[in-house]
Amino acid sequence: MKFNIPIGPQHPALKEPISIRLTVEGEVIRDADLRLGYNHRGLEKLAEEKSWIQNIYLTERICGICSHSHATCFVQGAEKLLEIEPPRRGIYLRYLVSELERIHSHLLWLGVAGHEAGFDTFFMYTWRDREVVMDLLEMISGNRVHYAINTLGGVRRDLDESLRKKILEGLAVLKTRSEYYYKIGAMEPTFIGRLAGVGRLTKQQAMDFCAVGPMARASGVDRDVRKNDPHTFYNEVEFDIATADTCDVLGRTVVRIKELFESYKICEQILHKLPDGPVAVKAPRKAKPNEVVSRYEAPRGENIHYIVSNGSEKPERLKVRAPTLANYPATVEILKHGFIADIPLIFAAIDPCICCAERSVELIDSRSGEERTLRFSDLRRMANERARILPLQRNVAWPF
Amino acid sequence: MFERVIRWSRKKSPWILHLNSGACNACDIEVVAALTPRFDVERLGVLLKATPRHADVIVATGPVTRQLRDRIIRIYEQTPDPKFVIAVGACAMSGCVYRGAYNICGGLDQVIPVNVYIPGCPVRPDAILDGVVKLLNTL
Repeated sequence: MKFNIPIGPQHPALKEPISIRLTVEGEVIRDADLRLGYNHRGLEKLAEEKSWIQNIYLTERICGICSHSHATCFVQGAEKLLEIEPPRRGIYLRYLVSELERIHSHLLWLGVAGHEAGFDTFFMYTWRDREVVMDLLEMISGNRVHYAINTLGGVRRDLDESLRKKILEGLAVLKTRSEYYYKIGAMEPTFIGRLAGVGRLTKQQAMDFCAVGPMARASGVDRDVRKNDPHTFYNEVEFDIATADTCDVLGRTVVRIKELFESYKICEQILHKLPDGPVAVKAPRKAKPNEVVSRYEAPRGENIHYIVSNGSEKPERLKVRAPTLANYPATVEILKHGFIADIPLIFAAIDPCICCAERSVELIDSRSGEERTLRFSDLRRMANERARILPLQRNVAWPF
Repeated sequence: MFERVIRWSRKKSPWILHLNSGACNACDIEVVAALTPRFDVERLGVLLKATPRHADVIVATGPVTRQLRDRIIRIYEQTPDPKFVIAVGACAMSGCVYRGAYNICGGLDQVIPVNVYIPGCPVRPDAILDGVVKLLNTL
């Protein structure tokens, strides 16, 4: 007997409202269909009416979690079109904020994953520690979320010695806390048991469906724009691409925790090697007719901005391909072999943040047409109950 | 007497529904951050609910996209009386940077009545707390 399950978007409580239509047989999902567009604001069209400098603030507001990623991606491209080269110190500060943002985003994700796995203590822990990095970002840029530190030709604010020390102290705190999280896996067999084997995506599938970011890296594909297509800055710091080969949600968790350590490493190198000099150069108002593709490794994966200039003060076209969009085909494939109860966890694992949403699920019996409405909280409860009934996968080890 | 007891109990534990009307996530994350240990609104009796049927206060973010307009009205109608709406962030107030885009209604008050506006892009969690307290003081 087959069921059709539309999920969302009539209760879009949190973040990107999205609609998924699932066909299920019993507990197993056979087919999935994603419907987008509920959060469509017409941003690309709006960008054509704003000047280069105004567009930085617009692109920043594409997403509130990776706001710096979009702004940096846009600025990288716009600087090429405007033919300006930001000073070294400006570039260093720009990517310092990038890495701090990655830290905040991954801590946020860890909390959400813990929440969906029924481990709320973990959620509260990571979010408490996330406030440390939020404070650092606020001290650097003046705002907690939309930092607005980028400008055409550099950054808007400089760093002084006392702030540099504070950032190093904050990083030390975060480092010890992250080591604790890394060890939690070994101490909590239930947590690993819940994550292991859920949402399997093989290496071949990850490559076929063009997965990006931690999603691809957890399947053993070492794809990272910072290494594969290094812009001037990432050549100068040492770091590794964090990968895992378990191909499941456990792998995605491990990749993100490992990436936290790489980001701490990068931040420390930046602060120790910070060159002297100005932080920005003056940018011209108009760009010559040209086009550019800008790539950037956002916390969720590869972010692409395609910008066309036509010689005026405004871009002629801005096209944004966010990493979550690139991960949708792979998500559909994962869902096809998953269980209904695993939907929140699988969605959490691609980090579109939809999972935090308490949205409606309607179960429609295809024979009787009888409808049953479930909420995401019910789903989560079902999921956690199912995990409790299942025998623990005791042979799964946390990959140290 | 009875009414006073009801009013008192309402003041002590406003249950909130978090509603995203096409926001960029920033305000939404700050609403969640307000629930976590640094700010911890739960100690004041504020509880985040999943369904509008349980909520007293709708905390709404975002500039209201056309796709979501009807759904927001539906959610507002599902909330039992007395209900209050807090517009969180510059988007929910007036549309913020998205003002002029073809797919937004430009503010929450274009769609449903709003009791309290909290400015900021995004708002700080302490500002959200302050907004909720100001709303409760008007009861």
